[in-house]
Amino acid sequence: MRKKSLVLLLVMALTVMTVLAGCGSKGGSNSGESTEGAGDAGSFKVGFICLHDENSTYDLNFINGAKEACKTLGISEDNYIIKTNIPEGQECFDAAEEMVDAGCGIIFADSFGHEDYMIQAAKEYPDVQFCHSTGTKAHTEGLDNYHNAFASIYEGRFLAGVAAGMKLNEMIEAGTIKAEEAKIGYVGAYTYAEVVSGYTSFFLGARSICPTATMDVTFTGSWYDETAEKEGATKLINGGCVLISQHADSMGAPTACEKAGVPDVSYNGSTVESCPNTFIISSRINWAPYYEYAIKAAMDGKAIDTDWTGTLETGSVELTEVNEQAAAAGTQEKIDEVKAQLAAGEAHVFDTAAFTVKGKALDSYMADVDTDEAYEKDTEVIADGYFHESEYRSAPYFDLQIDGINLLDTKF
Amino acid sequence: MSSNNKTAIKNKEPFFHITKRKHMEWYQSWTVRILAIILALVICAVITSITTGLDPVSVYGTMFKGAFGTQRKIWILGKEVAILLCVSLALTPAFRMKFWNLGGEGQVLIGALVTATCMIYLKSLPQPLLIVVMLVTSVAAGAVWAGIPAFFKAKWDTNETLFTLMMNYVAIQLVAYFVIVWEVPKGSGNVGIINQNEMQGWLPVIGDYKYLLNILIIAGVTIAMHIYLKYSKHGYEISVVGESYSTARYVGIRVGRIILRTLLLSGAVCGLAGFLMVAGTDHTITTTLAGGRGFLGVMVAWLAHFSPGGMILSSFLLGFLERGASEISAMYQLNQSFGDILTGIILFFIIGSEFFIHYKLSFRKKAGKEGEE
Repeated sequence: MRKKSLVLLLVMALTVMTVLAGCGSKGGSNSGESTEGAGDAGSFKVGFICLHDENSTYDLNFINGAKEACKTLGISEDNYIIKTNIPEGQECFDAAEEMVDAGCGIIFADSFGHEDYMIQAAKEYPDVQFCHSTGTKAHTEGLDNYHNAFASIYEGRFLAGVAAGMKLNEMIEAGTIKAEEAKIGYVGAYTYAEVVSGYTSFFLGARSICPTATMDVTFTGSWYDETAEKEGATKLINGGCVLISQHADSMGAPTACEKAGVPDVSYNGSTVESCPNTFIISSRINWAPYYEYAIKAAMDGKAIDTDWTGTLETGSVELTEVNEQAAAAGTQEKIDEVKAQLAAGEAHVFDTAAFTVKGKALDSYMADVDTDEAYEKDTEVIADGYFHESEYRSAPYFDLQIDGINLLDTKF
Repeated sequence: MSSNNKTAIKNKEPFFHITKRKHMEWYQSWTVRILAIILALVICAVITSITTGLDPVSVYGTMFKGAFGTQRKIWILGKEVAILLCVSLALTPAFRMKFWNLGGEGQVLIGALVTATCMIYLKSLPQPLLIVVMLVTSVAAGAVWAGIPAFFKAKWDTNETLFTLMMNYVAIQLVAYFVIVWEVPKGSGNVGIINQNEMQGWLPVIGDYKYLLNILIIAGVTIAMHIYLKYSKHGYEISVVGESYSTARYVGIRVGRIILRTLLLSGAVCGLAGFLMVAGTDHTITTTLAGGRGFLGVMVAWLAHFSPGGMILSSFLLGFLERGASEISAMYQLNQSFGDILTGIILFFIIGSEFFIHYKLSFRKKAGKEGEE
């Protein structure tokens, strides 16, 4: 009974505050009733759903992309909503519905586990566009208003690998390590194709420059676990890895490297501020071009691609500036050179001549492109001498275990 | 005593001392509470203006809108409050017995895991039968998860706080294992919505109100728990055991049995919460599904002094603060932590006010006065 009145009072106090706030409240202008029949940037609303907040390098990268795209398109701050810390559960669906209520014409979500909830929302609100980054199901769901997007980040990883190879060569030349000690360490999240594709392309990039390179990979079993990532990196360093890279979203691995003085090729954006002595370069997906494209299409009532893959050309795959403090001399020049070859189609990241699986070069491989519970291998992806990544759907599906990469644990 | 050395007395007597109050009139205790809340709001306002430069009044307004702004927001709030209340209700009988069940998180998760298991492997069963099987097995799983530490406590007087906490980790690891077994696509660590197309094992929806069924079920549980604790012989036994084991034994209560029975009930209701989350709302399983409710539920129960009626309001308060905080972060592009700071301050003052209601602070009297006597 006493508690009852207590809460009642609190609520009353807040009500009074709200009433007092009255006309002065600017947060209240987002009620959304006036947005019916949107068509121009003036009233068009956009929603973004993020798994974590800006403390995660992954989500920060999305948030920056979202803000940049809205700025370019002239969407004012009142007309876009960014909801952070939305778990991969019913909360995602709730958030999407709230955004529909607020009048959003297009809604984006950034985390893999949001996909099913976005599909659910897309089915319920056919007039609203739902775009999901990193998802795999758009091409099989057959919904007009549900779309997937990714980028050919394997190309960015490959180029970052080139920078790693340059660094390894420098260490070998300086006599710090012997050629056969050129072992890279990689902290991955899961044994998921997106991660496999990432570390393999990174490794191929490094080995294209430093032929004796090998790589150890460890997995944390989480996309964001600062402690596990730090421990993973430390374990790799203690195991003789002389250069680290990662595909997990916290600052765990970069800070472990800075502490140990081991060079790090980062991901999702520059970590140079926290790691001035060890940060070499970072690849990242710039989501702004996709956001601009999709929002523009939604505004104009045009169809959005079911699967959209950003490339070096669209500006979706980016590399940060090289940190001269840690990188080998001539890194930027070499990257530019290889980038030009990739862009021109003269070189391919997953060239079948560049890797072997169990000692054999591949001329055919069936990948699991259509997501199903049985993990059925359904699509031939090797043609013209290379593995066609991110062509049959936007999300990566390269899941081969190539020679030269040693998986320390595969429990995740 | 009547020493003339005033300085000596001054040094001996502490600046203030604390005594337990015998009784405080309701209007007095409410004055204390209201003052605490006003003070909390003022301090939050000051912190808001200093750190963000925003108008604190409109920030409070946004919080309010985040919780109640639209019909949908009210439903979402209702869903969140209901499930939090369910976990708190589950913990209450154990806490009344002074058995510190900190394993709510694990008990909810194991119920959720068993529900998901049924949904995945028994989906060919007819829908009503499947739901009954899911319900029974998940409630049983929750009961077992709480029953294990209770058994050890009753038999060997092990520390239940540590034991129930450790059971949380076992449950989390079990869920992590099965997530890998069920993940789609391979390696992604993600189960996704279970039976998304055929909806086998999904609880039915009442009209257009997705969350109504959960809310109604939990309302029923609340009433049942109230009656159980207040009017049943079991409820009385729980209170006696909570007061003192010796008293309980003296009046012929078998303490071990009561501990086990109460914890089976506690775990069963947690299992029910897990069932409602998986079959009723989320339709998926993740290691973070319980979302800290096992611990938040402890606070809800304490705030309401373990009375189910009061817990409706304390869970409502926490649900409101949570939804309000998330709205602040979305509307003002602030980090979620900012809303959490405000929530923390408000809770701190509310809990703190209870101290002043139950205890009295007496300051040292003026030295001069004392000398005259």
